[in-house]
Amino acid sequence: MSERISEDDVRQVAKLSRLRLSDDEVAHFTGQLGAVLDYVAKLEELDIEGVSPMAHPMEMFNVLRDDAEAPGISVDEALKNAPDRDDPFFKVPKVLGEGPGA
Amino acid sequence: MNPTQATLIDLRDAIAARSVSAVEAARAYLDRIEQYNGRLNAYHEVFAERALARAERVDAGEVGGELAGVPIAIKDVLCTEYGQTTCSSRMLAGYRSPFTATAVRRLEDAGAIILGKTVMDEFAMGSSCENSAVGPVLNPWDVTRVPGGSSGGSAAAMAADLCAGAIGTDTGGSIRQPAALCGVVGVKPTYGRISRYGLVAFASSLDQVGPFTHTVADAALLTKVMSGRDPKDSTSAHVDDAQDMADVDQPVDKPRIGIARQYMSDANDPAMNRAVQQALDIYRDAGAEIVDIDLPLTDYGIATYYIVAPAEASSNLARFDGVHYGHRAQQADDLIDLYARSRSEGFGDEVKRRIMLGTYVLSSGYYDAYYNRALKVRRLIKQEFDAAFERCDALLCPTTAGPAFRLGEKADDPLAMYLNDAYTVNANMAGIPGVSLPGGFADHDGHALPLGVQLIGPAFDEARLFRIARLFEKHTDHHTRRPPL
Repeated sequence: MSERISEDDVRQVAKLSRLRLSDDEVAHFTGQLGAVLDYVAKLEELDIEGVSPMAHPMEMFNVLRDDAEAPGISVDEALKNAPDRDDPFFKVPKVLGEGPGA
Repeated sequence: MNPTQATLIDLRDAIAARSVSAVEAARAYLDRIEQYNGRLNAYHEVFAERALARAERVDAGEVGGELAGVPIAIKDVLCTEYGQTTCSSRMLAGYRSPFTATAVRRLEDAGAIILGKTVMDEFAMGSSCENSAVGPVLNPWDVTRVPGGSSGGSAAAMAADLCAGAIGTDTGGSIRQPAALCGVVGVKPTYGRISRYGLVAFASSLDQVGPFTHTVADAALLTKVMSGRDPKDSTSAHVDDAQDMADVDQPVDKPRIGIARQYMSDANDPAMNRAVQQALDIYRDAGAEIVDIDLPLTDYGIATYYIVAPAEASSNLARFDGVHYGHRAQQADDLIDLYARSRSEGFGDEVKRRIMLGTYVLSSGYYDAYYNRALKVRRLIKQEFDAAFERCDALLCPTTAGPAFRLGEKADDPLAMYLNDAYTVNANMAGIPGVSLPGGFADHDGHALPLGVQLIGPAFDEARLFRIARLFEKHTDHHTRRPPL
């Protein structure tokens, strides 16, 4: 079992990821994520001193377009896949509640 | 002419010459889908009526273009205003996109007929199509084996002649690996070559759209039609080489073919290394110069990828919240609980693993140790390729370590599954193009299983890469073999 990630770490990451996991899933994912983290640790073998990070293959900045009006999708189109709607809004349960995220 | 046994370009020409009608062609493919899709599960949704209606318009002269009447399959990660766009995920079951991906629109503007949407690993995460919420795709060469992934439905549809050309996406090998395992041509173009607008994002700095076909010329034509600047994708590039790209039979004068020992591991299937050796001999006999290249960072590709790609995925997939579209849990205490329950019910295990991995490597305290380090290695990988392409025009290597594996063989070992992409991921990290070509066969238990050889070239040099690929194809007949269905 990897030392890199504990079951508590996985619970915390799941919470940040907005995922609910059962205790069995926590145990299962901890083992699998630990194996992946052990593997990716091989990057520590490389000398990266002075190398600048590369986040993207096309290192472009500030791609601008004209600030011109153009048609977008209609409200009805935007809402058509909503699981619940109260036109012209998306409908959600109460934001503050008793749940674990509150 | 039997439309389902012709190359894409031959079929296109026959339709243009009116020796075959577009309706006959569409019907022939739809019949074949009817006959074989139940066994292979390559398509999730087929647009029979719409395809025939479009074909009638081609025959009536109302729709024309470079692909007039050519039936094409689309991976279900590309949005279409018609039908569903599900990414083979429970999360998007029934989702109807309000827009069509630019790549698909360009195919249709050129007269192509979209036959349907193909099954994939959920949200393009996987190498076997076993991570599909709508059942696995089976390999037409041996239905006990996987077709590869994540674009396995498109690869299987192409191999089984259930379309004249198919479209997939490649984030770490998701076109080239299934192309290799299914015995067809697969192209990951240069990052920026084809607009990503309407492509459901997995890892935005790596994702690229590309074709599956039986021949290099067909793949070059589809790449050409889909490519070009799109105002809706600020990373799409305008490069004025479309005609050169499609002209694959132009001779290449004494190409320099690079070969790196890091790709020729003893752990590869011996038949795979023999296939690359044979390809090398073909190039040498054709007058190519063979150049030894050292690519020590090849072995670090998967480690880099499994930090960068999940990091981007964890951010991209945050949009699936059970509110705006997609699956919503029936019961929830409050909004945060609704997010968590909807996502836990909607996503499969592999998607959850990658979201958590990405969240972990981006979290404060680990960001520098994992994500930032990986981005620096990514720079080194790009520099290593840049140096290699000073000395050669294309690198020749295996697409995968071996042929298709059995269903279930790697299903519960994520790391073993990830290592499938060892020879393909670095092209994505650097943003450069790669082509997988039918390179031979390995015999396993009485089944001939396809092997793919890969050519990797410098950014935006597809024109030369396709010509070099065509040179190999001209001297082989692997691409003409079909699976015993």
